[in-house]
Amino acid sequence: MKPEEIRLVFLEELTRVAPDIDAADVGADDDLMEDLEIDSMDFLNLVTALHKRLGIDVPEADYHSLATVALASKYLAARLS
Amino acid sequence: MSVFSMPSLGADMEAGKLVEWLVAPGDRVSRGDVVAVVETQKGAIEIEIFEEGIVERLEADLGETLPVGAPLATIKGQGSGAVPPEEKAQPEGPKAVTAPDVPEPAETPVQEVAKSRAPETPADFGTARGGVPASSPAARVLAAERGVDLAGLSGSGPMGAILLRDVEDQTAVAPRAVPSPPAQKRGFDAQAMRVAIAAAMSRSKKEIPHYYLSQTFDLQTAVDWLARTNAGRAPDARLLMGALFVKACSTAAVAVPELNGQYDGSGYHRSESVNTGVAVALRGGGLIAPAIRRADELNLDETMAAMRDLVARARSGRLRSSEMTDGTITVSAMGETGADQLTAVIYPPQVAIVGFGAPVLRPWIVDGEFAARTVVTVTLSADHRVSDGRRGARFLAAIERALQNPEEL
Repeated sequence: MKPEEIRLVFLEELTRVAPDIDAADVGADDDLMEDLEIDSMDFLNLVTALHKRLGIDVPEADYHSLATVALASKYLAARLS
Repeated sequence: MSVFSMPSLGADMEAGKLVEWLVAPGDRVSRGDVVAVVETQKGAIEIEIFEEGIVERLEADLGETLPVGAPLATIKGQGSGAVPPEEKAQPEGPKAVTAPDVPEPAETPVQEVAKSRAPETPADFGTARGGVPASSPAARVLAAERGVDLAGLSGSGPMGAILLRDVEDQTAVAPRAVPSPPAQKRGFDAQAMRVAIAAAMSRSKKEIPHYYLSQTFDLQTAVDWLARTNAGRAPDARLLMGALFVKACSTAAVAVPELNGQYDGSGYHRSESVNTGVAVALRGGGLIAPAIRRADELNLDETMAAMRDLVARARSGRLRSSEMTDGTITVSAMGETGADQLTAVIYPPQVAIVGFGAPVLRPWIVDGEFAARTVVTVTLSADHRVSDGRRGARFLAAIERALQNPEEL
């Protein structure tokens, strides 16, 4: 999977968990919790969705690696390779 | 034969707009069936019926905004001595007023907005006192906001009660330009919800003599237990600290019945079951607190599943009417980040609400030594008409005990 594809998958799952967020408005370095008001329940739903979609089980200890779109894209790419 | 009428879905509801019928004449209904969807200030709510029978006639049309108590359908009972329709069809007091038959065709935009913000019903009017006429909660809020003296107004509601539009009319000297409402998801209007919250919370602060107790305690045991437990689980089976909080409160509520129940016109009624309301913040703004029924009987995994389900439906606007009315105590949690302490306002007719601040790492003394520990501050807001600080302190102690032994939750 190319980095750009991973980024789009992440954005798609993010906006599915939080339908009121517009993918076009999400900056690469926006903090999901601080800037986009994703709460712990949304975040867990996102991690669950990524597990189902990509087969990547993100442990709690790595949650900080999903804090922004930029960080998450990098982390997921590393896990996929 | 009986009349199925628009239910009140909480202290802040005056009316609802019928948007969907899920039954038709001739259909058989039984207790707990969802029969209609109604849009309220808190979003779309699925309305359940609490009787058995056959739908004889639908009394309300889609799109109608109807006050609490207005007839929605006629239900033919099952054999047993049916209540004469006349008696049932005429609820007591102000609720007997029927809904307007026809929507007024040519309303000005100003009135339109006023209506969508706070529908008016005869339910829940403050009573006339000391020369101040009866008025609806929404009218009182707006009057206070705009500095209008209610005593100087003549109401257009039942028995001269002052409605929101009366206050609007009084203050709308020059018709202001009304911006068209922003696009929003169906059944949710952030501004309407703000008005509803303001009305319910104003009523709470006016009627309920609140007292508050806070306790900060070591949460590290629960944090560590949760991390260990989740490490061995796939994401869809993981737990959140919020589930531990809800479970701990539900357990503690069993031990202190003065905090678990509802207070109505005839006083306090303790509840046998613990129906724990969970305050869910909506990203568009606003808050909704549907209840998990019999939360004291659920284990931790079941509690978590119930919360996932509740949050998802709260956000998509698919809560059920009983979830809005059955709550006996409520939990409001800050989440993982935010303020250390949350002192909440009781949601009537309940008599207690528990606020959890965000857990934070703090220097703490454990066995006589300083240690870095995650601590949480829990604040109980409770109703002095029913309990006092000593009972409240027992409740907080019970929460702490439950969270010190998470494996037993």
